[in-house]
Amino acid sequence: MRALTWQGKHDVRVETVPDPRIVNPRDAIIQVTATAICGSDLHLYDAVIPGVQPGDILGHEFMGRVVETGPGSTLKKGQRVVVPFTISCGACFFCAQGQFSACDNSNPVETQEASELLYGHAMSGLFGYSHLTGGYPGGQAEYVRVPFSDVGPIVIPDGIPDEQVLFLSDILPTGWMAAENAQIHPDDSVAVWGCGPVGLFAIQSALLMGAGQVIGIDHHPNRLRLARDLGARTIDYRHSHVLEALMEMTGGIGPDAVIDAVGMESHGFSPDNLLDAAKQKIGIGADRAHVLRMALTAVRKGGRVSVPGVYGGFADKFPLGALMQKGLQVRTGQTHVQKYTSELLQRIMEGQIDTTFLISHRLSLEEAAEGYRNFQENQNEWTKVVLTPG
Amino acid sequence: MSRQRELALIAGAAGLSLAAAMLLRRRAEDLRRSDDAPGRTARRLDFGGYRVDGRTVTISASRADIYAQWRDPARLNRIFGGTLGLRQHPGDRFVWTIDATPAPIEVETRLVEDRPGELLAWRSVDEAEIDVEIKLQLRDAPAARGTEAEAHVAWRPRWGLAGHYAAWMQGTDPGRLCRQALKRLKMLVETGEIATADNERRDG
Ligand SMILES: NC(=O)c1ccc[n+]([C@@H]2O[C@H](COP(=O)([O-])OP(=O)(O)OC[C@H]3O[C@@H](n4cnc5c(N)ncnc54)[C@H](O)[C@@H]3O)[C@@H](O)[C@H]2O)c1
Ligand SMILES: [Zn+2]
Ligand SMILES: [Zn+2]
Repeated sequence: MRALTWQGKHDVRVETVPDPRIVNPRDAIIQVTATAICGSDLHLYDAVIPGVQPGDILGHEFMGRVVETGPGSTLKKGQRVVVPFTISCGACFFCAQGQFSACDNSNPVETQEASELLYGHAMSGLFGYSHLTGGYPGGQAEYVRVPFSDVGPIVIPDGIPDEQVLFLSDILPTGWMAAENAQIHPDDSVAVWGCGPVGLFAIQSALLMGAGQVIGIDHHPNRLRLARDLGARTIDYRHSHVLEALMEMTGGIGPDAVIDAVGMESHGFSPDNLLDAAKQKIGIGADRAHVLRMALTAVRKGGRVSVPGVYGGFADKFPLGALMQKGLQVRTGQTHVQKYTSELLQRIMEGQIDTTFLISHRLSLEEAAEGYRNFQENQNEWTKVVLTPG
Repeated sequence: MSRQRELALIAGAAGLSLAAAMLLRRRAEDLRRSDDAPGRTARRLDFGGYRVDGRTVTISASRADIYAQWRDPARLNRIFGGTLGLRQHPGDRFVWTIDATPAPIEVETRLVEDRPGELLAWRSVDEAEIDVEIKLQLRDAPAARGTEAEAHVAWRPRWGLAGHYAAWMQGTDPGRLCRQALKRLKMLVETGEIATADNERRDG
């Protein structure tokens, strides 16, 4: 089959690789009909997440048709499914509590150790990501082997186009969980850093959950326009002082909740970010935590901090004082996708949520490398790339 | 492994162990047990010439179920994942194998305790290559979380501390083997399979 493989920093290529087979009883093989490039893929593309190896097949946002099932799968050949990027057994202590990205049993034994060393514990397996999370072959490919196919994939009724449901695999539940983690009360003010796909879905979710005002922060005019179209107010950090603007837009109180939908590759030329960027370049495992620092400073006393943006390593100059003195609550994590898919599919079918507004480019899988380059270099215009194999 | 790498490994291990031994001699003397932590988590490495290591994993299944898996040779092979092996010889003799470099290690043991649902223990026979005791203990976990399975190994490393570090660098130290085996056991019991990122079956 054809698949997008990682070869090194800023070097991804579509290559011919062996087709996947059923390996374990609960596996299914999916023929991919649509797949997307995610901001998380850019962390791999930029080689700032540890544990990616040349030849790894990327991609964790995908859907398709079931073409083969193991004896323990509950799927049927021909069914259309969206596959969560988190691989979860459905049976362990964590899955039973809906904490699917903490699944104990999907990260292979051999890859758990590095993660235990770095984080103290091993997290669940993820498709097309680092070997810290199993190094599972991903979905930017013609076929994918999907473990625990009786737990993860959600069956999509015919008649709903791929593009309306594809993002159930990751960014839609991620935006939703980000807003849920912000514990929004009616009429709250919520600030969202990053108007990329995750930030946009977080804005949409926060408004649905009853926020009074949502303020989106970014520097790409087109992405800010998408935020405004959803009903958000915006701050362009190139034009305005973010901290002052947030205070002034919230009556001098500060936002009740803040959401960091940027993660470890913050843009910008603030002194702390330049230092972090230099350290990241020489590979000493530092995250560029500029946005998180700012979010902790901006949020009101006793406020809530939600972090869907991905961090992988360590940060310094961390505003621990603000966190402690202001009595903040922090919630974060890779998304527990399986927990949200049915509810969100329902909302899509009822027309409450539109997921297609952010798609800017549709390419074939063969053009994936161009998609990566542009999604990274031309973020203003390239807001979300959907790839179709074949 | 090439001869050169092997030598480098052993030299490195010897250096490490010398440094560690000097440090440890000092510490061991003024350390008295004064807490409730399991013995093998002690900062000292030496227990009267023995090394002690192990791991506890909570598995959501009954003690009886877990015990049954352990006594099923086909299951055991999957749990050991190719690095470890256990063969029963006539009587109560069991041979453990570790797939190590330069050559696999074989240890002949006797099953010295067998309390269904509670405890299994093997001890090396007098003429065995390595002096070792292996225990699998099962306890009810609190909060209805199933069973705490604890694997515990006490052994005299073949070349003392140097042998210990060499094994550690090869990934064949008993602590690691216990940890991996228990996690595979957990996967098999809780999900019916052992997770792998391989897209093709390797073991056939
Ligand atoms: N928690 C999860 O499970 C999960 C799932 C998917 C994505 N993510 C993470 O969410 C983050 C965003 O993903 P995405 O797909 O939207 O990525 P993206 O790269 O498309 O968007 C990031 C946006 O942040 C903006 N930004 C950068 N620096 C900024 C700053 N200093 N202030 C304000 N805005 C700034 C960028 O201009 C860009 O628009 C990534 O870190 C991604 O890895 C997490
Ligand atoms: Zn993603
Ligand atoms: Zn699980």
